[in-house]
Amino acid sequence: MPDIVVKTEDVVKEYRMGSNVLRALDGINIEIERGEYISLMGPSGSGKSTLFNMIGALDRPTEGEVYIDGQNMSHLSQRQIAAFRCHRVGYIFQSYNLLNVRTAHGNVTLPMIFAGIPDKERNEKAEKLLDMVGLGDRMYHLPDELSGGQRQRVAIARALANDPSIVLADEPTANLDTITGREIIDLIKQLNLKQGVTVISATHDLKMLDVSDRIVDIRDGLVERIRNRDEIEIEVGEVGGHE
Amino acid sequence: MQQQTPIEEQIDLPFVESLRISFQSLKIRFGRSIITTAGITLGIAFLVSVWTNNEIELALQESGRSSAITNLDEAAEQGISTKDIWLIIMSLIVCVVGIANSMLMAVTERFREIGTMKCLGALDGFVVRLFLLESGFQGFAGALIGALIGLLGAVILGLKNYGLDLFFYFPLLPAQHENGAFQLGVLLLILFGCILGMILAIIGSSFPAWRAAKLPPAEAMRTEV
Repeated sequence: MPDIVVKTEDVVKEYRMGSNVLRALDGINIEIERGEYISLMGPSGSGKSTLFNMIGALDRPTEGEVYIDGQNMSHLSQRQIAAFRCHRVGYIFQSYNLLNVRTAHGNVTLPMIFAGIPDKERNEKAEKLLDMVGLGDRMYHLPDELSGGQRQRVAIARALANDPSIVLADEPTANLDTITGREIIDLIKQLNLKQGVTVISATHDLKMLDVSDRIVDIRDGLVERIRNRDEIEIEVGEVGGHE
Repeated sequence: MQQQTPIEEQIDLPFVESLRISFQSLKIRFGRSIITTAGITLGIAFLVSVWTNNEIELALQESGRSSAITNLDEAAEQGISTKDIWLIIMSLIVCVVGIANSMLMAVTERFREIGTMKCLGALDGFVVRLFLLESGFQGFAGALIGALIGLLGAVILGLKNYGLDLFFYFPLLPAQHENGAFQLGVLLLILFGCILGMILAIIGSSFPAWRAAKLPPAEAMRTEV
């Protein structure tokens, strides 16, 4: 029996802009298994980032339900949602979202502060994580003193601080050049393989295709199709041919 | 179907941790903090200088050494003139608006930071507490400097008008004048200025911080300034 970690049921999200109502998600149903690497693909405005926010409890759906680890997210208290964001999920964003007033090390320790981990333990763990993402020598630099790729590495280390079971990555390579983007994708894939972390990534970066187990194509707020890895490999060839 | 692992409740952080984070933030954002604090300083300096000036006038009127200008303008009046009341009210308004504005701006430009902290597991109350501490400290420091600047301004003006007599009749402590006007005294005035600056800074920042903390993180991070 598959171990479903994320399940959405008829998720609808509407945004009100004055008198207009924009339906960003129009009834999304997906199931994601533990340990999978899933890419949510689609053009800008397709609703993939909105879906990303729903899965990560960063926003509330207008209708429908999101279940994580079998828990209905709409039934959780504020404190439970905060604990969920702190312990269960690691977020990686397109614009890194590092706190500019904290060093790389300070950014990685922050989620551990919120989790109540003692000083010494969290400092050691932050050093270990930053070492792992290849920033052992730039630990005490502020984000402004780091390159885009390095900032994204800090964000990855921060996302892993509390050993989450899910890593959510929203366009993690969009602000990076091709080579750096590739490195970041490889790093995320390694986490997926070595630590068994479920990775859910909203992207329109084609480089993400060949590391994904499944691709969910989103268009106009609906799941257009879901492709498996074997189908993907053929299409990567096709895409390569067209470029 | 799915394995259900109960989600625990988020813990409260010890106060000293909030204090540490807010001081760290003030220290690293020192340049920006100074600008925000300057807004508070100016507002309180204006208020304290107008008010102290008024108290000096009162004290010296009582001693029969009121300045020529006051005698000409308000020969018939005793105590606080309507003009003075207006000036104090105006300076209070300038002070309230100035401080609220600088705190509002300082918080609004940090909406993304608030959203990010919530993503990492911060409770709404923790975010508000951080801003409360930061702004309270900024408010107090800014207001104290402002009050001293305002006092200095009023003293310089007083020296020009009354010469060294000023120090002889200086309204340092609270007193009741013969004409019924109440003198608050400069010491209390400074204290009042500091508390007012701190309260205004706290209100000015914690209200928008509270609003931002209540937003879902996705929305807070979307906010562009």
